[in-house]
Amino acid sequence: MKVVILQFPGTNCEYDTQHAFEELGATTEIIWHKAESIPSDTNLLVVAGGFSYGDYLRSGAIARFSPVMKAVTEYANNGGKVLGICNGFQVLTEAGLLPGALKRNNNLHFISKHHHLSVVNNDNDFLKELACGDVVNIPIAHHDGNYFIDADGLKEIEANKQVLLRYTDENGDISNPNGSVESIAGVCNKDKNVFGLMPHPERAMESLLGSDDGVAMLQGFFK
Amino acid sequence: MTTAIVNVSLKAGVLDSQGKAVHHALDSLHFEGVSDVRVGKQIVLKLDTDNKTKAMAEVEKMCEEILANTVIEDYEIELV
Repeated sequence: MKVVILQFPGTNCEYDTQHAFEELGATTEIIWHKAESIPSDTNLLVVAGGFSYGDYLRSGAIARFSPVMKAVTEYANNGGKVLGICNGFQVLTEAGLLPGALKRNNNLHFISKHHHLSVVNNDNDFLKELACGDVVNIPIAHHDGNYFIDADGLKEIEANKQVLLRYTDENGDISNPNGSVESIAGVCNKDKNVFGLMPHPERAMESLLGSDDGVAMLQGFFK
Repeated sequence: MTTAIVNVSLKAGVLDSQGKAVHHALDSLHFEGVSDVRVGKQIVLKLDTDNKTKAMAEVEKMCEEILANTVIEDYEIELV
């Protein structure tokens, strides 16, 4: 299993992501945004979290035009698996690889805390190790995590089972920290090879540090 | 030389939390009679061309590609 992690100026979760996937047994490589191609042995491409280009203009808006994104789009369009975490999710929506957009949190605060998530759909390569309705405890750390999609788009992603996760409480009841439409925390594309979520599973790998629920999430990619 | 002023704001129907917060602050300061507040951003571009038609087409393209996220935002272009 070879996991390739993208690094833009301002990315800050690439080493956590690398550590998490190496703990699970993957070989990893971090590639700089100026790269014009993706290594040919890549099994999973991760757009890691952070503040690419200082979040200038909009989160993810400028990273989307980095040289490497052309190769990312091509990789995704050929069925390659892509995971965007936090800023990576924002980049993938800006690039049009995932539906919707991420707005400023409704309460205008940067929110940094553990939050429960409920698995909505698991018939995909990401969450197949979890059951629908499973609740996981994963850190969130974002200012622009308020997922928006218009009514028609929402209908479409719900019908296609593209909604991956919702923010809930520990019992699986809706608890919406940032104002996201339908409390959505993560989605995938129609073909179910591009995944994005605001929470950080790579920061939930050790129970000693609060939660190891990220293990079950990221492991899906290995099976 | 043409100056293009681009105003980008959240679409009607998309909740503008910053606008709401500013509205709330205006209420606290006892400014009455404000029924709604929307906060946007302004991008000012200096273009080499004097051809307004060409400038407008170019700036529209910029808005569609990067200056606005048309999933959540509208834009208005003014050339001066």
